[in-house]
Amino acid sequence: MKKATGIVTGIISNLVTVHYDGHVAENEICFIDLGGVKLMAEVIKVTGKNALVQVFESTRGLRQGNSVEFEGHLLEATLGPGLLSSSYDGLQNNLETMEEVFLKRGEYTAPLDHSKIWKFKPLAKAGDIVYAASWLGEVMEGWLSHKIMVPFSFKGEYKVKSVAAAGDYKIDDTIATLINEQGEDISVTMVQKWPVKVAMTGYTSKPRPYRIMETGVRVIDTLNPIAEGGTGFIPGPFGCGKTVLQHAIARQGDAEVIVMAACGERANEVVEIFKEFPELIDPHTGRKLMERTTIICNTSNMPVAAREASVYTAMTICEYYRAMGMKVLLLADSTSRWAQALREMSNRMEELPGADAFPVDLSSIISNFYSRAGIVTLRNGLTGSVTFIGTVSPAGGNLKEPVTESTKKAARCFYALAQSRADSKRYPAVDPLDSYSKYLEYPEIVNYLNDRIDNKWVEKVLQTKNLIRRGKEVSEQINILGDDGVPINYHSAFWKSELIDFVILQQDAFDSVDCVTSMERQEFMLTEVLNICNMNIEFEDYEKCRTFYKDIINLFKQMNYSEFKSEKFNNYYNQIHKYLSNGNN
Amino acid sequence: MATTNAYQKIYTQLEAITKATVTLKVNGVTNDELATVGGRAAQVVKIKGDSVTLQVFAGTEGIPTNAEVEFKGEPPTLNVSDELAGRFFNAYGEPIDNGPAIEGERRFIGGPSVNPFRREQPSQLIPTGIAGIDLNNTLVSGQKIPFFADPDQPYNQVMAQVALRADVDKIILGGMGLSNDDYLYFKQEFENAGALNKIISFVNTTDQPPVERLLIPDMALTAAEYFAVDKNEKVLVLLTDMTLYADALSIVSNRMDQIPSKDSMPGSLYSDLAKIYEKAVQLPTGGSITIIAVTTLNDGDITHAIPDNTGYITEGQLFLRADTDTGKVIVDPFRSLSRLKQLVINKQTREDHSQVMNTAVRLYADAANAKTKLENGFDLSDYDLRCLDYAKEYSTRLLSIDVNISITEMLDTAWELFGKHFTKAETGLRDTLIEKYWKDKK
Repeated sequence: MKKATGIVTGIISNLVTVHYDGHVAENEICFIDLGGVKLMAEVIKVTGKNALVQVFESTRGLRQGNSVEFEGHLLEATLGPGLLSSSYDGLQNNLETMEEVFLKRGEYTAPLDHSKIWKFKPLAKAGDIVYAASWLGEVMEGWLSHKIMVPFSFKGEYKVKSVAAAGDYKIDDTIATLINEQGEDISVTMVQKWPVKVAMTGYTSKPRPYRIMETGVRVIDTLNPIAEGGTGFIPGPFGCGKTVLQHAIARQGDAEVIVMAACGERANEVVEIFKEFPELIDPHTGRKLMERTTIICNTSNMPVAAREASVYTAMTICEYYRAMGMKVLLLADSTSRWAQALREMSNRMEELPGADAFPVDLSSIISNFYSRAGIVTLRNGLTGSVTFIGTVSPAGGNLKEPVTESTKKAARCFYALAQSRADSKRYPAVDPLDSYSKYLEYPEIVNYLNDRIDNKWVEKVLQTKNLIRRGKEVSEQINILGDDGVPINYHSAFWKSELIDFVILQQDAFDSVDCVTSMERQEFMLTEVLNICNMNIEFEDYEKCRTFYKDIINLFKQMNYSEFKSEKFNNYYNQIHKYLSNGNN
Repeated sequence: MATTNAYQKIYTQLEAITKATVTLKVNGVTNDELATVGGRAAQVVKIKGDSVTLQVFAGTEGIPTNAEVEFKGEPPTLNVSDELAGRFFNAYGEPIDNGPAIEGERRFIGGPSVNPFRREQPSQLIPTGIAGIDLNNTLVSGQKIPFFADPDQPYNQVMAQVALRADVDKIILGGMGLSNDDYLYFKQEFENAGALNKIISFVNTTDQPPVERLLIPDMALTAAEYFAVDKNEKVLVLLTDMTLYADALSIVSNRMDQIPSKDSMPGSLYSDLAKIYEKAVQLPTGGSITIIAVTTLNDGDITHAIPDNTGYITEGQLFLRADTDTGKVIVDPFRSLSRLKQLVINKQTREDHSQVMNTAVRLYADAANAKTKLENGFDLSDYDLRCLDYAKEYSTRLLSIDVNISITEMLDTAWELFGKHFTKAETGLRDTLIEKYWKDKK
């Protein structure tokens, strides 16, 4: 098909009207020629012979009459070996290969290195019947066996004619020739393209999640676990530790590949990842964190339209690795900025606004995106998964705003960060009662947890939540009636919830030991804490009750700071038990 | 990049005039380009076919339909060179101190962003002598942080103090809607400190048109980038008052018939503010831009769209509050935050900094609880009473904005207060630190 061309007829900020000649498609990519500099843009609306396009760059200096060339395809991600450990902008330009300090308008860098040599090993052989996403071969991308797959855009059945012999190849070399149903030869390289806004398929089924993804963060793993292939979101006012919590999950999450999408957030936070991840060690494998991480970064000062692209590009890369049977975790900070980018465009197009001036289809856009996560069964019987956790930055800290409400409908886990907890420095500030994990209601997850951890685990978790709820109720009573105005057992109930709060919920993200807690250790600590809660110790007065729990809390906290089952740890453990037996005398 | 036309055609037929914009038929103008409308500065904000809308900075009062419109062929620029130092300019970058025009390289204001991959992590502490800042909310070069303050608080004075004490090569003031008195105050303070040669000011006062303010941050930051990027200098940019800047944004978007979002602010407020604040940077070559801004609040309300969006962009905030117990203006330790302090405390300051800071704030929180108890008519324990005594001293000797001591002195003062009012166990400080720094009650 002949590509369409056009000329610029209107400009409002980054919304440009193009009078086109030929045919254009919704979301098609075009380039506007500004004196030799090509500005990338995406069609977002067509009326008659006018296409409205959102430009991914500053439109300064653009004028009526500038020529436009349409590309005939949607915004695509380039997929192949070399994605891992890379740092991209929202349009998948490689930030590392841009030489200058300042981003240059119209400078687009290749996502993958086309000259790098990869050691290819065939997995398929001549005569095999293959489909989109079938594995043809593999190359070692660092530690990861990167599968070279039949391009996802291929439809129907193909017969392998030949696969390249094991050896050294570049990504553009042909590594296999397939025969399609019409009997034509089609050559396949190591690199393929995929439109980012379309969900990648190529799997046989997408079952309900049935196991959890450990994060090492107690308030998540113990109280409200997220499933592997599940979805969750973290809303919270500024200063409540959203980013610290997300970085903790990125460092510790039990995933093989992690994609971080920094969408419309602070540049210095991304710099922290750039500087620290190449140094920090992955607690699960001992490798450097950067070896399993890909960063998509469109900070708040980078072009607004590319924010939307950044989350889709990130998701596409995740789906690509999922098809290799990988356990992938996607973290996006923050989806509110993406929603705001949609709002800006909708506003410029003079669409009728929904709540808070957001576009009316916000909710469906968000749930569509969240639905791309999931655990899948591949054609070869193996599984792969994409777990997605997004943050939301609610305006004014008010959780009743459109982005939070729309996300609540789409995500299965809700980790509400509470201003009150942040103010009293109880970090992570996840509110234990407002937050929830729908996965705790899945029988398959309950069975998994009870098998994996302890046969009464879920029961214990529910008991813990109940103790926290009870503690909150009585603390309100104590505040109204005064310390003397309530029975002693109110104080006991309050301090039991404080014990859980200080020992289980609160966790020091900056302490090398406390920052990550294994499931075994979480089980051990929760059991110990619940044992004490179940002792029903009698106290003479509330001062004694307070002193008792304060002392116990202090000892438990020291345990949290010590290596699990180390001498120091066991010492504190013994001290607690000694203290308990004395206290009971 | 725009090219300058060899000849400038003059248009004299306006099609539409609103309070802030004019529209006329013209071909070939470029987006963002500057123009004059009846002698007043204006900028292209919308092109629709051959119909072009210009935002007139000074407002359109008295502009006739036959006003002369002349296009400049390029967006707003600033001449940059070392001559900028010590000078005062208006929002268009024109001298207002009777000095000569600046000779130097013409640069477009509002230039591109730094590649995040080429940034360095901020790492240099900026001491200010104010314990509410240095001890509790340490500033780091390359940081962006606003003062959140009610209009009756002395935020401009505190900011001037911070600027003059900070060890930086250049201070660039961007004054938006500055009252003439405050403008003269800044001028006076800078002169008195003998620091004029390292100060550059871009000022829009309250008697000037509000829309002109929109140019101030970009002017100030273009100058800042010249010194930080080209000259590898440490630059401190002061922006006051960003609330008035945002108000000007809402005026323009309103006149452009855009649908307002929360608090009548434009839907793009977050991106507009981020474009400014994200110019704060630590460069690999040693230069840096640090931004200290002022966002005035309406009765301490931080949920309003302006402080709310600001809080999501900046690396913390400094809250000023009048402490009625001591009659001092203090930097509120609960609501203030410096997100980058972790990068320098205990590294460029003494080993006890982080523990002392947290303990002092925790004890101050205990005092606040004791105060609530007192107000609710409950009896106070001995501990409560000691907390209250401690809080008074902590507020006067450390939190108050009139304090000017070194960080080591701040830490010593805190230890003195701990020893005076509390037992070692009550502080919960680490044993190794207590052995080394504990001061018994005199």
